[in-house]
Amino acid sequence: MIDILEKAAAHNGLVTAFAVVGLVVLLSGWISRRLTFGRVHGSAIAILIGLGLAYWGGKVSGGHKGLADLSLFGGIGLMGGAMLRDFAIVATAFEVQATEARKAGLVGAVSLLLGTVLPFIVGACVARAFGYSDAVSMATIGAGAVTYIVGPVTGAAIGASSDVMALSIATGLVKAIIVMVGTPIAARFLVLKTPRSAMVFGGLAGTVSGVSAGLAATDRKLVPYGALVATFHTGLG
Amino acid sequence: MIIYGTALLATCHLLGIFLGDVLGQALGVKTNVGGVGIAMLLLIAARLWMQKREILPKLTELGVEYWGAMYIPVVVAMAAQQDMVAALRGGPVAVLSAILTVAVCACVISAINRSERREEGPAPAPRLHDNPLLTEAE
Repeated sequence: MIDILEKAAAHNGLVTAFAVVGLVVLLSGWISRRLTFGRVHGSAIAILIGLGLAYWGGKVSGGHKGLADLSLFGGIGLMGGAMLRDFAIVATAFEVQATEARKAGLVGAVSLLLGTVLPFIVGACVARAFGYSDAVSMATIGAGAVTYIVGPVTGAAIGASSDVMALSIATGLVKAIIVMVGTPIAARFLVLKTPRSAMVFGGLAGTVSGVSAGLAATDRKLVPYGALVATFHTGLG
Repeated sequence: MIIYGTALLATCHLLGIFLGDVLGQALGVKTNVGGVGIAMLLLIAARLWMQKREILPKLTELGVEYWGAMYIPVVVAMAAQQDMVAALRGGPVAVLSAILTVAVCACVISAINRSERREEGPAPAPRLHDNPLLTEAE
């Protein structure tokens, strides 16, 4: 019986993923209401549970794609992959107020520039402090601090060693995860209330995954504004 | 027909990615530059244009809005496939540079957003609340 059930789930990966994620969201909504009395947003808890599952999946399978490496949950990889993620992000633009977006155009561009230069400098300085003093390693780790996509691309282009590349990806990943989890907590400090502030945030915080998940957990209406700016990050880096 | 909305979304998505690739090639970086951002701008433009002509029935809108609403579940699935083990194994360099980066950026974001408020004065804030479109969204 269990064999048949497992086979059904594995053969219908995407459908299984819908069911699993639905369950996670349901559970996190319950936790949000009962344990934190609505103070921590349900989607923030859902993302945390997702990250926890990713750790567990990575430990069990030894792979690099978290839960998606377990064949039973392979559909998670499709559902949370770049294709559907971008599709859903584009769809959120449908609710954008064009006038709001235009007002913040310049601020968005400035923050985008700052958001690329600042992490790069900080990353390179930390790399230097830890003894990676050659220019190639410093640049690669610095680029990783921008986003985990820019890091390895830069590293490959200038010929960094593979452990530095791994470090650079790790830096970007840790940054994305901190942004995901920290945004709802720090929302008041960041003055994240208006579409304009979301665009500044999108430009400076970088990582699309971090920004979009962090804003989703803070205020869903702000997602398109932040994501609109953040998607230009990879290219600029 | 609900498929019209989804097809409109798909067309904007593909066109945006294509233009992003072209832009990347023109800049000589060989990656996609802002493809998703361009797609979003296209979708916003398409909505405004169709609304003006009144060729945007509710069902067509739903075809797009469904995917917008699926956004948070997709993000949860995305979180579930991050390489957490590698991120935590990276050790102090990765964690420290990430924390410092986020801290520096957070301070700058906070500073910019606060200064915006002061420069613009209290005028935009009440206007935001008077906007019927925004209260509707809330």
